[in-house]
Amino acid sequence: MLDREQVLHVAGLARLELSEDEVERMSVELSKVLDHIEKIGELDLRGVPPTSHVVDVVNAFRPDEPQPCLPAEVALAQAPEPLHGGFGVPSPGAA
Amino acid sequence: MSELIDLSAAAAAERIRARELDQAELFDAYRERAEANDLNAFTWVADGPPARNGYADKPLGGVPVAVKDLFCTEGVPSQSGSKIIEGYRPPYTATVVSKLDEAGAPLLGKTNQDEFAMGSSNENSAFGPVLNPWDRDRVPGGSSGGSAAAVAAGLAPWAIGTDTGGSIRQPAALCGIVGLKPTYGACSRYGMIAFASSLDQAGPLTRDVTDAALMFAQMIGHDPRDSTSLEFPGEIALPRAEDLKGIRLGVPEELMDEDSGIEPGVRDNYNATLALAERLGATVERCRLPHAPHALSAYYLIAPAEASANLARFDGVRYGLRVGGDEDLVTMYRRTREAGFGPEVKRRIMLGTYALSSGYYDAYYGTAQKVRTKIAEDFSAAFERFDFIVTPTSPWTAFELGSKTADPLAMYLNDFMTVPMSLAGTPAISIPSGLSEGLPVGFQLAGPAFSEGRLLDAAYALERVIGFDGSGARK
Repeated sequence: MLDREQVLHVAGLARLELSEDEVERMSVELSKVLDHIEKIGELDLRGVPPTSHVVDVVNAFRPDEPQPCLPAEVALAQAPEPLHGGFGVPSPGAA
Repeated sequence: MSELIDLSAAAAAERIRARELDQAELFDAYRERAEANDLNAFTWVADGPPARNGYADKPLGGVPVAVKDLFCTEGVPSQSGSKIIEGYRPPYTATVVSKLDEAGAPLLGKTNQDEFAMGSSNENSAFGPVLNPWDRDRVPGGSSGGSAAAVAAGLAPWAIGTDTGGSIRQPAALCGIVGLKPTYGACSRYGMIAFASSLDQAGPLTRDVTDAALMFAQMIGHDPRDSTSLEFPGEIALPRAEDLKGIRLGVPEELMDEDSGIEPGVRDNYNATLALAERLGATVERCRLPHAPHALSAYYLIAPAEASANLARFDGVRYGLRVGGDEDLVTMYRRTREAGFGPEVKRRIMLGTYALSSGYYDAYYGTAQKVRTKIAEDFSAAFERFDFIVTPTSPWTAFELGSKTADPLAMYLNDFMTVPMSLAGTPAISIPSGLSEGLPVGFQLAGPAFSEGRLLDAAYALERVIGFDGSGARK
């Protein structure tokens, strides 16, 4: 069960500003999904190694050779606020 | 004109190569149909045939391809069904799209999809739902719903999509076409807007198995830009098998039991297909996948966890939407993401963030990864005794628009027969196996890693005896 405080905490971690209505809904919906999911806790998985990737690729190295990259103006073309040849962002401090 | 549309992609390619058909004429015929489509299957359609020549001599003969919105295509809108990157035109093209173009399949258009590929009904697109050509009050499945509906309705000769937990196979099943989810690593993921990186795979959605083989053969191979992509062992030939002699098919008890919620019409069709397989010489026996009932839970922890990390990039800085630019940085992030993401994407980000958060990581994400190990072991053990594992692709035929949107869990349950293979990284194909109450049913064959050649062969042999007629959706 996910209560209101937990929803707000997780939304903060996920950088989502949820509306009051969404907080309410998330709590109900996620709790229901988690109730179903939590059944995997009943399995005996002692000594089982985790699988993060199914393909057996270890350290896919490539030669470190310089390659041309996108021109700055192309990389910046889709930015909401290109600024002095970079990506403009608001100040991290209080507005 | 209607005759042109009735040609399979392989047949059209052959005619173009033999100079019996003009590539530009075929392109325009489909372009007009795609442009006029009332299924909302496309989010962008090309203006005309590519200016570049030489397609007619390539293996794919200039037969144009519809591409799921989430594949980056240079200068062409690539929005992954999301408002947060509405109008985004990437400066580069995804490797599989480039490979198909080089092999002779130019871009016809971009297809609608669930936002960031999260969904099983295509109702989560910021650009509106796609309609199923068999019944416009019903969903086409998802997340590659636009690609599936376009191919089924003859708005495109063939298409590509992506499959994370069933997103190629399930819409293929609901629209009455063929969908192949390849072995993880068979196709490059470079240029695919990521959902869950350890699961996402690109694959073909086609009218028949031959088209799927023809296209898949041009999609595979290692790409230096995707370190998880692999050199495909051997080549993919066009399928020729006419029987299934000596093929052992396993029916997984755990997925097929009485309370698994499979519609009676789907179950009847499945049993009839098994009988056809036996007539072709296959043996059919029950098999065990003991951890398969837990696959859905593991999937709905792993996929959202990876998504929550992948979607962190949508923060109003480098591309797409920005809201709250006059506030401080974190407020800008939060407002942008609140305004740009739809409800299902927010739900998965929340679920994934929670599963990865301090204090819960071991209980959720860590446990899910262990379950994933057990599921992969189950498949390895089953493939010692069986060539393929066979199930219905989806427990239901196409459902009515809006009928499952109120209950996210009910929607997730749709995927229980497709996610086990996704977690194991093994290939699976869905082929149309008939109709139930006028709606297509899909039959899924799953094989061990890199068994696509054999899978396509078996699917081809079955396709011949099933004799599915999809022309009803191409009016």
